[in-house]
Parts: sequence; structure tokens; C-alpha cells
Amino acid sequence: MNVFESVYEWLTNPDNWKTTLGIVGIPQRLAEHLDYSWPPVLIAVLLAIPLGALIGHTGRGGGVVVSAVNVFRALPELGLLVLLVLSMGLLLATSALTIVLVAVATPTVLAGTYAGVRNVDRAVVDAARGMGMREWEILLKVELPNALPLILGSLRAAALQVISTASIAAVVALGGLGRFVVDGFAFREYDQMAGGAVLIAVLAIAVELVLSGVQWLVVSPGLRKKNARGRSRVR
Amino acid sequence: MIEFQAVTKRYDDGTVAVDHLDLTIDDGRITVLVGPSGCGKTTSLRMINRMVEATSGTILVDGEDIRSQPAAALRRGIGYVIQNAGLFPHRTVLDNVATVPMLLGTKKAVARKRAEELLATVGLPPELARRYPSQLSGGQQQRVGVARALAADPPVLLMDEPFSAVDPIVRDDLQDELLRLQSELGKTIVFVTHDIDEAIKLGDRVAVLRVGGKLAQYASPAELLANPVDDFVASFVGRDRGYRALGFLSAHGVEVNPVPTVAVGTPVADARERLEGGWAAVVDDAGRPLGWVSEVVLSTLDKAVTATDVVSGGSLYPVDTGGRAGSLRAALDAALSSPAALGVAVDGDGAVVGAVTAESVLKALADARRAGEVPS
Repeated sequence: MNVFESVYEWLTNPDNWKTTLGIVGIPQRLAEHLDYSWPPVLIAVLLAIPLGALIGHTGRGGGVVVSAVNVFRALPELGLLVLLVLSMGLLLATSALTIVLVAVATPTVLAGTYAGVRNVDRAVVDAARGMGMREWEILLKVELPNALPLILGSLRAAALQVISTASIAAVVALGGLGRFVVDGFAFREYDQMAGGAVLIAVLAIAVELVLSGVQWLVVSPGLRKKNARGRSRVR
Repeated sequence: MIEFQAVTKRYDDGTVAVDHLDLTIDDGRITVLVGPSGCGKTTSLRMINRMVEATSGTILVDGEDIRSQPAAALRRGIGYVIQNAGLFPHRTVLDNVATVPMLLGTKKAVARKRAEELLATVGLPPELARRYPSQLSGGQQQRVGVARALAADPPVLLMDEPFSAVDPIVRDDLQDELLRLQSELGKTIVFVTHDIDEAIKLGDRVAVLRVGGKLAQYASPAELLANPVDDFVASFVGRDRGYRALGFLSAHGVEVNPVPTVAVGTPVADARERLEGGWAAVVDDAGRPLGWVSEVVLSTLDKAVTATDVVSGGSLYPVDTGGRAGSLRAALDAALSSPAALGVAVDGDGAVVGAVTAESVLKALADARRAGEVPS
């Protein structure tokens, strides 16, 4: 039996989809994984979008953003998680995980928001100001709507990073889809290990599709990429 | 009326963009600020709506200091058009035009209704209203930019090189359109350009600025061409200024002589009879000029004169443009550009009424000089 067949076998085995006698099934692990993932993304959005918008609008502190983002991207997530759990205690492992995932997501959204606002055509901003928009009106009515494609792009990237990184929860005795990977490795049940990895990938792709759909709905048709004939597609 | 009183703009690095500028801009007229790069023309314009704050001096609009109200409130009462239009990419054409009325608290439906009217005013078809700026041509975008600036019906319109990024033919259209609009609306327009031809075409008065932000000359276009105050203005106004100055002189004194014409469909033999000096003008059924035929052209034809076998004509000299004679420049250009050396004169309907020669234009010019009609 090759690896694809055994993974298929594992994924389609009804026993793996049920939670019984202390053995946790796929649906519950999936729910745990999502439970770990959405709060950090939300916190990152609440932190990074206002900050990125402010820095992008004023143009002050752009260099700080770039270097901070680079520092955070170099963080070893697993090491940070273990360090936090050791210092905070195992009871607060979920909080430690959330902190790590916020640290993963925030720089991405911050960089995307900053770049999005900064890249709005200066002539458009000049026109907005010259027509008598106040600074907050320029930010809310002109800069942010035009930055939306980049902001949502960075949000998608951050969500993907969080979903894949959330697998390390299993290392500190938490659940989530990473459980299958870690347990599979420990017990040399490679079908379980590979099956868990496939589930994480499928979840990431599903979230990506949902967020792309949201982006299509909320971004102005005037900002959509031009098609081959050089004219934007409009509903 | 907009008044600059000893206005100076000095940047932090010490550069002086505008130096003690005194300028009075008349109501209901187009005033053009023109000059080479670095002359402070755009800075001067942008100080009027406080996009740039003056370092010293005072700017008054209708007698009121522009600093007496918040910048945003001031700007909502002044139309602003920039190069490349600066339309909002995320908003439809209609919502772009409705921007300022909405900022001023007009209801959305009312603002959009007004925006629809303005699109018609600037010569855009109503089906463009729902498009986005990226779907428009450069010329169309610029028209939307003008409509947007006019939306709240401001008395003053600031235009910062609005037509410099479009091709020459579209630019010409936009300039004509602006003059037509202005004849209906009578706004106080301050227009910045680096193109002296544009300044002379559009301006009721033209302020020529020199590098370092000093006013070199402030005069009507005709005066500027006839009497530049110094070498800088003379060289900036250009080499053909004597010829271009003829554009401001009426050609009412130019003698219009009869011209031989042949209608399309005239048999070749009859057409040959009508040639004078080797040429005859070909006209259509309504008497409008199509071009010229000569002995040589006729010898290549078998039966009758056709619309396609003509030598293309030169520019036309309108004898009557809404009650006024055309300019000496139009008359002279018609004569110089015609293959027969006869400038075709046309009436208000475009029908041929006669022809002018370069000699007759120069004679009329000499007469006008003697009579003191030419500023000198």
C-alpha cells in the first residue's frame, strides 16, 4: 500500500471522524484549529490596520515599520511558543499560542496596510485635499478604499500563515489539526501524520477561497485588475 | 477678485518659489499664469486654496483674507482641477462629480442629479456616468475633472496644467470647450500652464513669471505679443510673435475678391473655361469649398470634376464669425496655405464668398497701423 492510498484510507475511515472514548476525531480538531486561528487574525487586524493607515497617511515612521516587520518575520515561532509556555505555565498555553500567532500575523497586515495607503496615487490624494476633504476624510474615503486590494491581500497572507503556524499548538499539549501530525510522528503512524498535513493544507486553501470571495465583493470594481483587452471588468 | 499682496513663499531649504508677488485677478475672466519650470506659477496657484501656505504677504478673495476660515472650508468653495484629473479610481464618474456637494451635505440623490447635468455641460454622454475612471480616455477624464470642480458651483476655478498630459488634438478640443463653458458660466478662472500658446489662446490676461518667482509682465495676450517688456518675455513669448499677434487684429479691412468656382460634377471642358490664373476652387452643392483644380489636374480627368480629384485646399478664412470678422492671422494663413495663393473666404454657413491674397492682408495691416488701430 503506497502512501497516497494509506492517507486516503486514513482520511476516509469513519472512525477518524468520530470523537469517542477520549479519541478526538477530525471535526473537533478542525474546530479547535479554527478556534486558535481566528482571534489572532482579528487582533492583528485591529492593531495593524489603524497603525498602518496612520503611518501610511502621514508618511512618518515608514522606516520603523519596514525594520519591525523584518525583525518579526525572523522570529522562530516554535521557540517563542515554548519559551512563553515555560514562563507563563501550561495552564496559559492557549494565551501563549495566541501571542505567538498575533506576532506572526501583525507584521504582514501592517506592511500591507502601510504599502496600500502609501501607494495611492499622490495626484488623487492631492485632488481630494484640494477639494476640501479633511485629513480623516481623505484617509477614510479615498486612501483606505483604494488601499483595500493590498490590505485584503495581506490579510489573506496573514490568515494562511496563522493557520499553518497554529499546527505548533500540538507541541505544547494543545489540540488542533497539528495534533495528527505530532502524534503521527511520535507513534510512527505516517498515514495519520500525512493525513493531518493534508487537512491543514485543505483548510488553508478553503480560507483563502472564502477571503478571495470577500475581497471580490468589497473592493470597488474600478480597482479590479485590467483584463487582456486593457479595460477593467465591471459587473 | 483675487488679490496677491506682497506674497512670498520660501521653502525650509531656503528656495524662494514666489518673491513678493503683487497680482490682481479679475472676476469672471480667465487669468493665465505662465512661465518656465521653477517660476513659481503652480506654487502661486496652490497658495490661493492654501494647498501651499504663503510664508509672508496676504491673499484676498473678494476682499477676505483666505486665512480667515479653515483650509478645508475654503477649498470646498473653490474649484480645483489638476493635471491627469486626479479622479478617484474607486468611485464611478457620477460619484466623482458629486464629491464636493456631498462633502457640503447635499443629499446623495440631489448631488447625483446635479452631477448628471454637469456631465452634459462638459460634453460627456450620459452612459459614461456609471463607468470608472480607468475606463475613460485621458480627454474624457479631464472633462470629468472639470465637471467635478464645477459641481458645487464655485465662483473661482483653479486649473493647474489641466491639459498638458493629453495629445495636441484632444488638448485643442478641451481648450475650445473651456472657452465655450466660460462664455456660459463666467467663472473667475486662474489657469497655470508652461505653454505660451495655450496661455495666449485662453487668457483674458496673462501673467508671465520668471524663474525665482518674480512677475515679469502682466498684460492681455495682444499686448504681450506686441510689447514684451524685456528680452525674457520676448523670448518666452516666442519667435513667431509678430505673426501670432495678427490673431488679435480683426480682418474687417481686408478686401475679399471674387474667386472662380466650379461645382462638383461640372464637365471638364466647362471647368477649364472657368480657370483664372490657372486655378479654380471646387465647391459642393451647398457652396462649401472642397479644394482646388488646375490645368494639370483637369488634364488627368475624362468627364467631370469629382470631389476626390482635387488638390487639397489651405486653411479657411471665416469672413463672419458671429457678427465679427475673422482675424488677420486667419486671413493671412488662408492665403499662404492655399495652393493657388488665394485664401478662401467663407461665410457663417461655410460657403465660399470670395478669396483674399497675402498682399491684401498686408495692405489692410498697413492701413490699420496708419489709423492707429495696432498697438505699438
